Amino acid sequence: MNTHLRKYFRQEHLPHIWCPGCGNGIVTAAILRALDRLGWEKDRTVFVSGIGCSSRAPGYLDFNTLHTTHGRALVFATGVKVAHPNLNVVVITGDGDASAIGGNHLIHAARRNIDITTICFNNSIYGMTGGQYSPLSPTDSVASTAPFGNTDRSFDLCRLVEAAGASYVARGTTYHVTPLTKLIERGFEKRGFSFVEAITACPVYFGRRNKMRTPVEMLEWQKDAAVPITRAQKMDPEELAGKFVIGTFVDIDMPEYTESYERLLREHASDRGGG
Amino acid sequence: MSESGRRLMQGNEAVVEASLVAGCRFFAGYPITPSTEIAELLASRLPQVGGRFIQMEDEIASMGAAIGASLAGTKAMTATSGPGFSLKQENLGFAALTEVPVVVVDVQRMGPSTGMPTAPSQGDIMQARWGTHGDHPIVALCPASVGETYAATIRAFNISEALRVPVVLLLDEVIGHMREGVAMADAQNVEIIDRKGPSVSPSEFLPYADDGTMVPEMAAFGEGYRHHVTGLFHDETGFPDMSAAVAKSLMQRIMGKLDAHRHVYEWTEARDTEEAEVLLVTFGSPAQAARSAINRAQREGMKVGEFRLITLWPFPEKALREAATGARAVIVPEMNLGQLRLEVERVMGCATPVYGINRTDGDIFKPDEIYQGIVEVYSG
Amino acid sequence: MSSSEVRAEDPVVVDRHLCKACGICIAFCPKSVLGADGDGIAIVERPDECIRCRMCEFRCPDFAIVVRSEEDE
Ligand SMILES: Cc1ncc(C[n+]2csc(CCOP(=O)(O)OP(=O)(O)O)c2C)c(N)n1
Ligand code: SF4
Ligand code: SF4
Ligand code: SF4
Repeated sequence: MNTHLRKYFRQEHLPHIWCPGCGNGIVTAAILRALDRLGWEKDRTVFVSGIGCSSRAPGYLDFNTLHTTHGRALVFATGVKVAHPNLNVVVITGDGDASAIGGNHLIHAARRNIDITTICFNNSIYGMTGGQYSPLSPTDSVASTAPFGNTDRSFDLCRLVEAAGASYVARGTTYHVTPLTKLIERGFEKRGFSFVEAITACPVYFGRRNKMRTPVEMLEWQKDAAVPITRAQKMDPEELAGKFVIGTFVDIDMPEYTESYERLLREHASDRGGG
Repeated sequence: MSESGRRLMQGNEAVVEASLVAGCRFFAGYPITPSTEIAELLASRLPQVGGRFIQMEDEIASMGAAIGASLAGTKAMTATSGPGFSLKQENLGFAALTEVPVVVVDVQRMGPSTGMPTAPSQGDIMQARWGTHGDHPIVALCPASVGETYAATIRAFNISEALRVPVVLLLDEVIGHMREGVAMADAQNVEIIDRKGPSVSPSEFLPYADDGTMVPEMAAFGEGYRHHVTGLFHDETGFPDMSAAVAKSLMQRIMGKLDAHRHVYEWTEARDTEEAEVLLVTFGSPAQAARSAINRAQREGMKVGEFRLITLWPFPEKALREAATGARAVIVPEMNLGQLRLEVERVMGCATPVYGINRTDGDIFKPDEIYQGIVEVYSG
Repeated sequence: MSSSEVRAEDPVVVDRHLCKACGICIAFCPKSVLGADGDGIAIVERPDECIRCRMCEFRCPDFAIVVRSEEDE
């Protein structure tokens, strides 16, 4: 293991539980490299996750780590951040965790623009429960609960979070791992709600059922289907069918929730004596 | 508790003021009748004392945020009513297993479903005990007046912090909205318990180790004691372990810590129980009507006693058995179809008949109907 | 990892204990430096070709590869 990153792992818990070729480890390492570049302190950083394969990541990381309930990581994280605004708070969530059961919390965390960085590990499937389709599974893809192909429309979580009001929204892939690391780093730096969707592979439940037999084929797919945003802007919808856009969608400065609340605290602390 | 003034206040307001005395500095909630005043008042009171209030998107979120704040080292509370209490259950179970101190106020209203939002009820007694899945430790308190609500709120925080257990404070619409003069405590003179912090260095710290008290030491996020908190079964290091041995010992400890510390949370009141032929087991706001009925029956020469529970869960089994010694019948008045009666029956066994006086029409008890019930049982 | 598996001069080091034989590093190495042993575990076959681009390290899902910087040697 990389000597720079070694200090961030709970080494005694490795190797991790993820399957061979699962992209979760690639995203996890990218998160650590981004954080290392910014020099974030382990004691001052909290990782919060929901439930799913991806949500097991914090268990391997030598930080303050909180593995919560399915879909609810952001609400626990909100409590941590509001109570203790000086901590760096990072949420790790799966595509199902973030968009289905936790979709409403995602909207409202973005709307508040609370200073939490959310990394959504999008493997297009419910991994932990054995490969049921998620709201981010492509239409027509095969899943254990979509044996004849998924009739649901898949949705673009980045656009949702953008519309909800986040300060920073970006998408990367585990194939494009160097840009992904930069996107995460920028998300960490940003004051406000940052959302990075990392397209990653579940070779076991998504790949095998969808004509990508190996982890390598899944990375090939990420390479071929990803379109950088600058190029995508010049393409029409037909050309973009079956592809996804990567890059930075939002990077703006807006009032951040805990800062606004701290201001309110300063203004009203003396309204009426102690407790 | 020394007095720092008396004030006329509602039960919901008593919760607010007492929570601040107890050290609560975080509240997350979602509006719901008849608990809303708690959120409204804390929205202005918390900032005045340097605390933080947040209105979340729903009750699931409120429960999770309160747990998150508590893990960051801040005493935290949330408040709701029936439909919201249902939504909180999954995360409440998370707090029970991960042993995070948190206070949940449920101002009960008539259910099921949306039911009768402004009508009082005691329909959530069993939900407070068994609402989340799996066997789990939980404490529930149910005060009978506004003044007692004030004291019970402080006690709820103390129990929660001392035993690292979620505490449910069960009010009902009557108590929540009733106004009474309350003796306000002086923060300096009231006993406030804080969770016990680590006694060892971070490298030696085991977040779920039993130090002999069955209540592990607790470190807040950000204090240098990096550790893992998970809703999976875990060993003393806090990391998941699915072995039968670990599951068994974790379950034994989290349940056993309540058995071992009854004195911390058990709160009952026995009145005229020694000679009583008929015992009323009372709790919550109906205890007030019951008290008048008992007084009248006693004036008329009936040997009637009262055993009032403020702590409902864990059920004060032994204390009830003692209070009921010699009684030939027990009566439980409650604003539901007999939830606590089930528990009383279990404790009394078949030797002593247990009768219920019940209301589920959204109306409150009148002393007279309880009196009639007493007469019937007494002469029966 | 046992010292016998590490040649002091190798620019890339695979931790056999962590490698899960997914083949990603091998497939995407621009210089075909890496190969697999009988179990599919990555091995360094042509160390001299390595340009230290670190893509193998970054894309390894199991934190099993380190590309040493020249200063390390
Ligand atoms: C309330 C609740 N409902 C359902 C589940 C079962 N469950 C666990 S993980 C999961 C889906 C995980 O998928 P995703 O969030 O995409 O994460 P992945 O495992 O793919 O990383 C589900 C449905 C649960 N744990 N809790
Ligand atoms: S099931 Fe899929 S997502 Fe889960 S560890 Fe295996 S490859 Fe990864
Ligand atoms: S550093 Fe680059 S060239 Fe060297 S082995 Fe790794 S991928 Fe191949
Ligand atoms: S990418 Fe990592 S796990 Fe996969 S074969 Fe290479 S070293 Fe092994």
